[in-house]
Amino acid sequence: MKEISVFDVIGPNMIGPSSSHTAGALRIALLAGKIAQGKIVKVRFILFGSFAKTYKGHGTDRALVAGILGYNTEDYRIRDSFQHAKEAGIDFSFETNETNTDVHPNTVEVVITTEDGTVTRVMGVSIGGGNAQLAQINGVDISLSGNYHTLFIKQIDTPGVVAHITKCLAECTINIAFMRLYRENKGENAYTIIEADEGIPQEVIAKVRENPNIISAMIIEL
Amino acid sequence: MNFTTASALLELCQSQQITISQAMIKRETDFLGKDYNEIKKQMGRSYQIMKDAVHKALQEQITSMGGLIGGEAAKINQHRLTGTPVCGQIVAKAIAYAMGVLEVNASMGLIVAAPTAGSSGVIPGVFLTLQEEFGFTDEQMIDALFNAGAIGYLITRNATVAGAEGGCQAEVGAASAMAASAATQLMGGTPAQCCSAAATAITNILGLVCDPIAGLVEAPCQKRNAMGASNALVSAEITLAGVGNLIPLDEVIATMYAVGRSIPFELRETALGGVAGTPTGCALCQKVFG
Repeated sequence: MKEISVFDVIGPNMIGPSSSHTAGALRIALLAGKIAQGKIVKVRFILFGSFAKTYKGHGTDRALVAGILGYNTEDYRIRDSFQHAKEAGIDFSFETNETNTDVHPNTVEVVITTEDGTVTRVMGVSIGGGNAQLAQINGVDISLSGNYHTLFIKQIDTPGVVAHITKCLAECTINIAFMRLYRENKGENAYTIIEADEGIPQEVIAKVRENPNIISAMIIEL
Repeated sequence: MNFTTASALLELCQSQQITISQAMIKRETDFLGKDYNEIKKQMGRSYQIMKDAVHKALQEQITSMGGLIGGEAAKINQHRLTGTPVCGQIVAKAIAYAMGVLEVNASMGLIVAAPTAGSSGVIPGVFLTLQEEFGFTDEQMIDALFNAGAIGYLITRNATVAGAEGGCQAEVGAASAMAASAATQLMGGTPAQCCSAAATAITNILGLVCDPIAGLVEAPCQKRNAMGASNALVSAEITLAGVGNLIPLDEVIATMYAVGRSIPFELRETALGGVAGTPTGCALCQKVFG
């Protein structure tokens, strides 16, 4: 568990009105946007639970669009994010799902289409105090908070890939705080999420990508 | 160097002859590896955001997202300046300021979640009032925010500050305890007295439910922030007069958590019970969301 800092308690600095429904929602979309990689042209938000019921009154919708635009939680542009997204040529829409109640009350699914037509589906949960957690990527259950320096890798599920990744980190003397592995199906796409205490240099990414079984690798910093 | 309980914090303050603020700053620098000047600067920025929010509420016409609140802080401030405030100047000012921050928050303005957005008025209300009334410097106020942060950290770590988990006692209760402790330190209290004031503040509103009308952070949240600010001042006053608290802070935090878990689901931010569930509360919800 992450150690609590004084700024987690006196903070975050944020555009209101709700740490969970505004700031936390923004962070989910921000993480989702980073994971999608590439220029976003279209995004669909599916809201569940309390998000579905009260999103308008909490500015959850504007916060989600602001996250896609890459704004942080204290950016005054959040209020006018719809306008900014239109200017950036992003087509966005909202749907509510009140029939599925088997999810955390503050859940949103973000379906992102990038310029090359790739569709990425990310499910995120706002867990309180402005903190967010990604729970699913393209149907695979994962866990990613963005509280640490994070290395997110998509790979082929085959022997030796994880050894390659950890070797790259060792060569750059990066200490792994947490490491988790997920896969869609045996021998198909898999995901590695590594969280480190220190910043991860870009050279790690270059090294990781040298292995042909790596589909993509990226650093996620919030 | 770390501490995870109020008793450990007090031992540390005693053995090193330091204030709670200094202990919290040491925890940030020594244990979490942060830079001393950097955290001071960052806290200074947080305090500036708090000040700006209060001033904005008093100077501008604010409309909240849900339309349930707006303009209350200016009214109370006006009454304080031109009428006869029944609470006296200090409490009247603190409640006006605290309520103003909630207006800014509800209109998608910039605030510091301290510890949450729903309770973001309590600390600015108490802090700005004490600074204006007693002439503290910004540096003293920023230092006192670390004291408030220490209490908030203990509550976050050992209980919760989320209304969905612990009700309003967890949000406004935590903010009130944080402000009570900081006010006690500012006015010359000892670390033990700070913890006693925090324990008093939580105890006074133990069990308070979270029942936001239409699910919005507007009402009754705004007035509860006024109550949280005045409760902080009341708790500091009681403590500074030499009146202790029978139950130590660690036990009060533990019981706050236990009480929070036993509050029914309808009364933990779901807007199904409490004033949100009254006929008028439901009618307002209909009006807001059509």
